[in-house]
Amino acid sequence: MSYGYYPGCSLSGTAKEFDISLKKVLQKLSVELTEIQGWACCGASSAHATSHILSIALPVHSLLLAKEQGLKEVVTPCAACYNRLVNAQHEMKDPSTRTKVETVVDKPYSNGLEVLNLIQFFNLLGADTIKAKVTEKLGHIKAACYYGCLLVRPHDVTGFDDEEQPRTMEAVVEAVGAKTVDWNFKTECCGAAHSIAHTNIVEHLSKKIIDDAIAHGANVIIVACPMCHSNLDMRQLNIIKSFPGQKTIPVLYLSELVGLAMGMSLKELAIDLHFIKADEILKPAEAVTAK
Amino acid sequence: MKIGVFICYCGENIGRTVDCAKVAQVAATFPGVEHSEDYKYMCSDPGQNLIKQAIREKNLDAIVVGSCSPHMHEKTFRKAAASAGVNPYLVEIANLREHCSWIHENVEEATAKAIDLVRIAVEKVKFNEPLTPIRVPVTKRALVIGGGISGIQAALDIANAGYPVTLVEKEPSIGGHMSQLSETFPTLDCSQCILTPRMVEVYQHPNIHLMTYSEVEKVEGFIGNFKVTIRQKARSVNAELCTGCGLCMQSCPIKKKAFSEFDEGLAMRPAMYVPFPQAVPNIPVIDRDVCTYFKTGKCMMCQKVCGRQAVDFEQKDTFITEEIGSIIVATGYKLYSIDKKPEDSFIKGYGEYGYGKYKDVVNGLQFERIASASGPTSGEILRPSDKKEPKKIVFIQCVGSRDESKGFSYCSKICCMYTAKHAMLYKHKVHDGEAYVFYMDIRAGGKMYEEFVRRAIEEDGVKYIRGRVSRIYEENGKYIVKGEDTLAGVPVTIDADMVVLATAMMAQTEAPQLAQMLGVPYDKYGFLAEVHPKLRPVETSTGGIFLAGACHSPRDIPESVAMASAAAAKAMVLFGSDMLEREPIVAKVNAGTCAGCLYCKKVCAYNAIEVKEIRNRQGELVKVVAYVNEGLCQGCGTCNATCPSKSIELIGFKDEQIFSEIHALADMY
Repeated sequence: MSYGYYPGCSLSGTAKEFDISLKKVLQKLSVELTEIQGWACCGASSAHATSHILSIALPVHSLLLAKEQGLKEVVTPCAACYNRLVNAQHEMKDPSTRTKVETVVDKPYSNGLEVLNLIQFFNLLGADTIKAKVTEKLGHIKAACYYGCLLVRPHDVTGFDDEEQPRTMEAVVEAVGAKTVDWNFKTECCGAAHSIAHTNIVEHLSKKIIDDAIAHGANVIIVACPMCHSNLDMRQLNIIKSFPGQKTIPVLYLSELVGLAMGMSLKELAIDLHFIKADEILKPAEAVTAK
Repeated sequence: MKIGVFICYCGENIGRTVDCAKVAQVAATFPGVEHSEDYKYMCSDPGQNLIKQAIREKNLDAIVVGSCSPHMHEKTFRKAAASAGVNPYLVEIANLREHCSWIHENVEEATAKAIDLVRIAVEKVKFNEPLTPIRVPVTKRALVIGGGISGIQAALDIANAGYPVTLVEKEPSIGGHMSQLSETFPTLDCSQCILTPRMVEVYQHPNIHLMTYSEVEKVEGFIGNFKVTIRQKARSVNAELCTGCGLCMQSCPIKKKAFSEFDEGLAMRPAMYVPFPQAVPNIPVIDRDVCTYFKTGKCMMCQKVCGRQAVDFEQKDTFITEEIGSIIVATGYKLYSIDKKPEDSFIKGYGEYGYGKYKDVVNGLQFERIASASGPTSGEILRPSDKKEPKKIVFIQCVGSRDESKGFSYCSKICCMYTAKHAMLYKHKVHDGEAYVFYMDIRAGGKMYEEFVRRAIEEDGVKYIRGRVSRIYEENGKYIVKGEDTLAGVPVTIDADMVVLATAMMAQTEAPQLAQMLGVPYDKYGFLAEVHPKLRPVETSTGGIFLAGACHSPRDIPESVAMASAAAAKAMVLFGSDMLEREPIVAKVNAGTCAGCLYCKKVCAYNAIEVKEIRNRQGELVKVVAYVNEGLCQGCGTCNATCPSKSIELIGFKDEQIFSEIHALADMY
């Protein structure tokens, strides 16, 4: 089985672990990813702050390349890229926008591609397929699944899960044998790009999310978005400094958790690159091997 | 034939865009037109007198009026013509308003079109025949669907006027939502205390045939002559033997398996139950979905204790057919679901308020039960999760209402008032409690309504905050309500013990199916439609079917009652005469040429085509032909268009009339 792959910039930079762990897991599942040749930046926040048409034209450029290269589904692990890509598909339904964008990319547009975020992709592969490769017992892991804003919103555009009470990430986490906790801030804002200019806002917002996860008994937060990860993981260091007595909690990508369940080591999955060490909570899993 | 043409300005409605004087001038030159004039308001008394006068002076045989839609004033002009001696069916209307002036801007072009429309009508009227209305008998019995306060009121009014009524209610008891309420605004009188006497009156009324736990299955026929099939669902109790002693309910071992519908899921009920102690009739019903006997074939405790042998596990649904003259629909409403997002629905739910995740986030009806003396807490304000008295309570208005993104654009109308009432009841019972209300606007139009809301704010100290709530979550046993005070321009956070959502009123799920069965239009939300929003608010476009209460739109009790009495009055108008006059615009079969193929029967939507045998003098069958039941025929003309041998004609719209219209138009170009 082969799927198209749109890594986006984060997965070769700040979120290298996301890329590494996903590829390792897919290797185990004998699923191939075919990277779109010549993909361009999705535009992220900068493009739509600059020009509406540019913010659509950039994703459309990559989507059209994928189509030319015969791809049917495009896996987009980065939540921001996913959001920009499906947003472009949505905007292109409007004939006047479509005409303008076609002029910019100098190609006729036609849809027919399915853009999948990581959770959708795992659910598409199926719980049974993933379960078949699980070797470790993760019953001691109590995960707070954090969706953030970009995966589920705006719901008319993404059409993914329930925008207020999503459940699909839990389905994957439970399929690999970990437990999930019911908590309040699954879709609360982490502060996103304010991380650079207003770090204190991000500290404040991320602390709320971290505290709520811990208060509801979680020992790990699972994410599927590089931005969320950096705000919850990297900025946790600032939070510890600003708030004495602050408890910490490791933050893992969904692909990393699935990899752990499949018996891969922290190093293999690049979890050791995280700022908040996950060794403590993951130790029992490494020790106890189910056969 | 001498034809008179009368062109109306309709004030400025037609006159602004159509040169009416010119239309009248040109019409005067049409062949057959003896008289032509224009007037500012032809429907007014002086206008009608012009028509009558012209008929008398010039001996006119037929009339064409260029005016508004025939829906508005055809009757008026027909009456005027008839009073001057012209058969009313020799009047034709050229619609110069809806079909011309209202939709065009250019005066020259609109005037040319108006002249065309008048010419067409003149050519048609030449082939019109004098007709007399069809008279059909009226069955003087009403059917009321729904036994809430609206249905009860309508049934009592009609029954008190001396006409028999069949009242059908799908639940085991009548009473509807009103029986669930604690106190009612703006007087705070106890809902059950004012309702139950009416319920008993219904039960004892000699003119009311009460059918509870029943549903309307099929409706055939037409105004004055409906044939209605009603399904009496199996109660598993013989209603004639049962005395309502209640022993069976006490003996039922399945006490806590089913949520009480009456208590809105806040309490449990046995498998054998009456919805509430004051139920009418006081005859229990077995919920076969939870009853042990129906699952395993064992138990039968209720049957063993019943001294009257009234429990009947073998009982089946029965069907009865009633002849009905008029139907009043009073099927009420249901509440917007906060529990979950209904599948395949345009309703989006309120995940941000917790989708029924939090036990102490309740809807308006649940709070009614909590505040009601007959409710699960005997009227003490206790929160469902731990039965503790909430010291801080938040009420959120417009949950589902006025929120297009969540499904409904409309205002549910009653929530401002009942929220004020809830907050007031809370303050009356929890003296040291704090009550907050989040609102968008306070809509308190009604007698003593605004005063009531002011009382809640000023006397009872309820804190009103203008703004929406973005989310609710639980933290350390408190419900954190995050909102905005848009007057102060600041975010608000309240750590509440309990939250009450004023959820939207919405149409019953089955309303569209019922509407289709009755042939009554309904809107995109499922509310049944009246025929005219101002002047005919309780009538539907199907003759003899009237609307009462919240099946039409969100309504409070006084409005529902008023509407029910209005609907009852409409039904009684119908029952006031023995025969009903109907338009003679019906299909007619030419038995001589009809080949009996009966394609017309297949296409008729009203079951108006019957089969008639033609026999010779020896009684031998010569052939079968189609025959039109004039009572059922609606004059749609489908059979006319279908007949391969041109053997069915629609009176008033015969081929020669239609063709003359087309010729009149074709000659112009």
